Amino acid sequence: MSELPPFQTLIDEHAGDVMAVLRGAVGRADAEDCFQETFLAALRAYPRLSGAGNLRGWLITIAHRKAIDHHRARGRRPLPVAEVTEQAVTDPEPGDGIWTAVGALPPKQRAAVTLRYASDLPHAEIAAALGCSPEAARRSLHEGIKRLRKELA
Amino acid sequence: MRAELQQPLGRLAERAAAEGLLDVAYATADSPFGPLLLARTPRGLVRVGLPNQDADALLADLATRVSPRVLEAPAELDEVRRELDLYFEGKLTDFDLPLDWQLSRDFRRRVLRAIARIPYGQTRSYTEMAKSAGNERAVRAAGSACGSNPIPLVVPCHRVLRTSGALGGYGGGLPMKEGLLQLEGVLDG
Repeated sequence: MSELPPFQTLIDEHAGDVMAVLRGAVGRADAEDCFQETFLAALRAYPRLSGAGNLRGWLITIAHRKAIDHHRARGRRPLPVAEVTEQAVTDPEPGDGIWTAVGALPPKQRAAVTLRYASDLPHAEIAAALGCSPEAARRSLHEGIKRLRKELA
Repeated sequence: MRAELQQPLGRLAERAAAEGLLDVAYATADSPFGPLLLARTPRGLVRVGLPNQDADALLADLATRVSPRVLEAPAELDEVRRELDLYFEGKLTDFDLPLDWQLSRDFRRRVLRAIARIPYGQTRSYTEMAKSAGNERAVRAAGSACGSNPIPLVVPCHRVLRTSGALGGYGGGLPMKEGLLQLEGVLDG
């Protein structure tokens, strides 16, 4: 019998953090969509989760996958706009080329790179989100960056 | 909950319901006796928590016994809340709500189904309930079925008394049982 807490507990405790991560990763305007996609995906998978350990890390990892999906979708179909305005400087969007390359990284490296650079998480939190040691997180990040440098050179 | 999250969370519950992911929706409701916790599945009302019962423990129990997909979704319980409000105002005598009986089984479920048929403003004894459920001698078991009623108020276990006419017990406390019987005109107010 599963001993998972009611899903509402995850929302009550972590919704603010998830929203903050997504605002960092995709910008304020698109964060709400990604937020719903994140919690719907989590809700879908929740009963099959094997344990209640580090639910925050689990949610943040899902949020990052949703942010990557979002960047990919944006890359495929640019948003039509009525007039071109200056890009706000407070919310820089990473170039699509980079995100396509990030999306092609092996999962652990990809997650480490987005957690570090889209959400500005410290190594310890990346490790928590990925369920590995800080050293392993640092290594994944390092490998990911090395590979990106090569790809984009 | 922070105000800026309220809107996205409201829409989340809606989308979860639309996608069939809302296994247990819950909300709180006011009553003259204190706050109630109401929980439903897609099949119907599954649990009513009385004011003296621990809401967190009750939700944790639902997560274990029904599904961990438990979400606060007040809109899903609008009809239940509406009927309960009318009941407490003395304007509704028969609930017309789909019920989900999954939290009770076998003899207990039969006792509770029999209790659900006791008309407003009337009472029955534990012995009569045991008999209705098919085992006249299982009076004590009928009593514990009342005690474990997951859907009090709507399944009116407050209408079951001792054969002597003594009140017996109530999960919500005896003052609440008395208050409900006064509301229904069984006891003098």
